[in-house]
Amino acid sequence: MSVDPHLSCLAGTIVHDGVVPARAPWLHHVTKGQTLRIVDLEGNQAVDFLLYSAADDTERYSAQDTVAAQNNLFLRQGTVLRSNEGRPMMTIAATSVEYHDTIGGACSCESNTLRYGHHTKSQHACVENFLEANLLEGRGKRDMVSNINFFMNVPVEEDGALGIVDGISAPGLSVDLRAEMDVIVVVSNCPQINNPCNAFNPTPVRMIVAE
Amino acid sequence: MTEALSNPLAARDHARGQAGTVVEAMPILPPVANDLPADVQADAILWEETIAAGGYASRRLPRGGRLRLIDLKGDACASMLIFNAEMPTERLNVADTVKIQWNAYLGAGKLLLSDMGRVLISILEDGAATHDTFCGTSNAASNSAKYGNGANSGPTPNGRDRFLLGVAKHGLQRRDVHPCVNLFKGTRIEADGAITPQIGPFEPGRSVILRAEMEVIIVIANCPHVLDPREDWTVTPLRATAWRGPITAEDDAIRNATPEGLRAFQNVEDYFRR
Repeated sequence: MSVDPHLSCLAGTIVHDGVVPARAPWLHHVTKGQTLRIVDLEGNQAVDFLLYSAADDTERYSAQDTVAAQNNLFLRQGTVLRSNEGRPMMTIAATSVEYHDTIGGACSCESNTLRYGHHTKSQHACVENFLEANLLEGRGKRDMVSNINFFMNVPVEEDGALGIVDGISAPGLSVDLRAEMDVIVVVSNCPQINNPCNAFNPTPVRMIVAE
Repeated sequence: MTEALSNPLAARDHARGQAGTVVEAMPILPPVANDLPADVQADAILWEETIAAGGYASRRLPRGGRLRLIDLKGDACASMLIFNAEMPTERLNVADTVKIQWNAYLGAGKLLLSDMGRVLISILEDGAATHDTFCGTSNAASNSAKYGNGANSGPTPNGRDRFLLGVAKHGLQRRDVHPCVNLFKGTRIEADGAITPQIGPFEPGRSVILRAEMEVIIVIANCPHVLDPREDWTVTPLRATAWRGPITAEDDAIRNATPEGLRAFQNVEDYFRR
């Protein structure tokens, strides 16, 4: 039997293992104590990521609470992903990419018209994925907040200049997230083709949950 | 005292006796300000209020309305939410605001963008230059840990719970409290991502003038910045003055400053094409 390198160092029993196609949404409930591993199968693929508390989905991931609590913009190994009430939702237990972004937000049809021009209005976008997935459980536009972009690189320069630049991910790199409460994970496998976040070529990612 | 207020009419007289009391933090009705810009008519004023240290306010502003905020004593922190008043599911998107303008530091000429690709507010004048798009505001947990109490009913209220009350006054709910911007208290980002807060205290009287590009609801909480390093909960009153103004013209310098910003204005103009 061959060894699956994507399962290396992932303890426990695997309770979910699937591939999210390029450009697609993904919604999954992860219970406290379980670990979600996201594998960037082909490299340089941004994974837009939101979290809601399963017990009360008005409590949700807060990028601002997360970065303020750790006095740092970048999400690294050990970063606690915090809710809008300051509570730990998940912890980055391991990452083979140095850091991840949480200030760049999600692409939308509307923001694409500003960034690139009105010719991009009809292109698929992360907010479309987030809405489609959230609507399945009664959440909607009011539930959209600043998200995480795993495997995405957004440096901030001395004068405040920032931008999405070439990824620091590579094929097979991964991030492990340990749930600190029962959470609803909503993902958009980013379909953006107008900037370097997906190397201009959206690709699939693999989601593995172990407990 | 209790004896004298033992019947409704006495209680009424006691209540009415408070009329005309002036305190530091209060709205002025009808609004009046003796320091409006020279080109603003006195009858254009819409709102004059001093927001208490630890207090909050919310207000609907017309398209073209100007809002001047003054940090009266150097320790105000204006944490702000913004909604499209006629469709509040459209609101400030802090991530789009920094990403689309290719810059995270707010100042004169910068835009506060909605999640629908439109500009809600533009910054006309900035006498402060210390603002923050990253850290959001305090919550009950952070204020409890830092000051021992974070409740609205306590001595050291937190920004998030002030926002909850502010949005509720417009029929909105917990899920409507979105990521905010902070005016007057700033942050700077180091190369390794570290956040350096700029807390002051600053010289009194610094001001910011905003222009509403759509009809908006703004909610302001005036609580200490979440990364304020001081042990004591420290914040001072914030003055808000608003007046009517012209809708942004096609030749406006801020409207035309960048291609991304111009498209945000064009999206606003398209929204109002009705």
